[in-house]
Amino acid sequence: MDRAQVDETIRTLIAPFNKKGVAIADSTGFAGDLEFDSLTVMDFVAAIEDEFDIIISMNQQAEIENFGQLVDAVTKMVVK
Amino acid sequence: MSEGISQADRPSAVEGHAPDLFAKFDPLIAMREGLLASGITDPFNLVMEKVLSPTRAICNGRETILLGTYNYMGMTFDPDVIEAGKNALADYGSGTTGSRVLNGTYAGHKEVERALREFYAMDHAMVFSTGYQANLGIISTVAGKGDYIVLDIDSHASIWDGCKLGDAEIVPFRHNDIEAMEKRLRRIPEGAGKLVVLEGVYSMLGDIAPLKEMVAVAKKHGAMVLVDEAHSMGFMGHHGRGVAEAQGVLDDVDFVIGTFSKSVGTVGGFCVSNHPKFEILRLVCRPYVFTASLPPSVVATAATSIRKLMQGSNKRAHLWENSKTLHTGLKRLGFQLGTEEPESAIIAVIMPDLERGAAMWEALIEGGLYVNLARPPATPANMTLLRCSLCAEHTEDEVQTILGIFAKAGKAVGII
Ligand SMILES: Cc1ncc(COP(=O)(O)O)c(C=O)c1O
Repeated sequence: MDRAQVDETIRTLIAPFNKKGVAIADSTGFAGDLEFDSLTVMDFVAAIEDEFDIIISMNQQAEIENFGQLVDAVTKMVVK
Repeated sequence: MSEGISQADRPSAVEGHAPDLFAKFDPLIAMREGLLASGITDPFNLVMEKVLSPTRAICNGRETILLGTYNYMGMTFDPDVIEAGKNALADYGSGTTGSRVLNGTYAGHKEVERALREFYAMDHAMVFSTGYQANLGIISTVAGKGDYIVLDIDSHASIWDGCKLGDAEIVPFRHNDIEAMEKRLRRIPEGAGKLVVLEGVYSMLGDIAPLKEMVAVAKKHGAMVLVDEAHSMGFMGHHGRGVAEAQGVLDDVDFVIGTFSKSVGTVGGFCVSNHPKFEILRLVCRPYVFTASLPPSVVATAATSIRKLMQGSNKRAHLWENSKTLHTGLKRLGFQLGTEEPESAIIAVIMPDLERGAAMWEALIEGGLYVNLARPPATPANMTLLRCSLCAEHTEDEVQTILGIFAKAGKAVGII
């Protein structure tokens, strides 16, 4: 799996959480643009973790502010 | 000093209009002002002018039934407890002025730890100045760098702050979701240390955890288990040891955290454990070391209260009756409750929004009833809750009076 595939998968996973239909770019912020609250973050992270069979601790999440950073982080965990 | 350095010390952009560090509180200030502007009494500014008993106080000059104090077993005015406190105050003075590891361990601190070991039938007990500090200290010290803490998303603030204070990787899961917890445990890298943190009773909605299943899953994955039994001590389980005892898994729990500020009826916190190396924590746990120990009168009242709770089965049965009566009555009146059935001594009444929650709280206090108002962001799913906690000292008649006050207030505010 490469970055493009990870990007595509996460794009599908984010859809149900993107209630306002915000256009997703690498720079789209989870707190600022998508207005995710802590419960939404937990459910969204759980969906990604289940899909890729990985674990993203809150410590790691603290470094991830936008969509591009998330795709980078997941790619790094999946492509070992 | 050169001109260049002194300029760099005072960047021109900041001069005159340095950012106010309090700006981040503006939304909360606005929310409070909006609420109070509607003429409502501030629910977070209530004064107990006189306390008459575990279930009665004078508030705003009016005798008020207390239904939000977590004083589950009504020990605060127990004559033996009061006497023990008075004696210790006279014999040992008003305070220890020191840390447990220096000059702050008195005979009374040893005695209350003995009482806890007997209460739980465990090998070790460590008393902290509050339950908040017990969670802070044990969680941040036991789980270190490279270890993983797996915890329920609805955990108490003191658990979250314990996670924040330490260096472990933090992994939350959906409230009481056994499968979500298991998935996270399964994915933790091989060789990493694991601590699962759970509560017996969750104090917002008054629901209990499926500890039997969760502790089994945690053990299957080689994790240590910590259970916060703050809201169950004294009346859940055969010996009042909590939900883990009630569900038959206390032997598999590595650390029980508790508090003296609820059933015990004073202040203080503790951890009990059978871990053979537990005592080393007294030297390495910073929220234990770097703070003064509890006053002698407090540990004396706690020890007396804990020993009396060992014989509390009649009171326990009555507390359960109260909980059932209140739950059934409120449900029948048409209120929406936090749990389908009464699971603990906390009954949470769900309010449609903060405005009506505050109005309902005010109508209750004017009717002579104190309950606990919980609002976002402290609540799960941003709910506004009126949390009622019952006491073994509430009489049957009092519970009926409480239901009457709820009915009147609920109709006046338009919630039922
Ligand atoms: C679940 C839980 N843990 C810990 C605490 C902290 O207890 P204490 O009041 O002793 O600091 C509380 C009470 O606020 C609690 O509800």
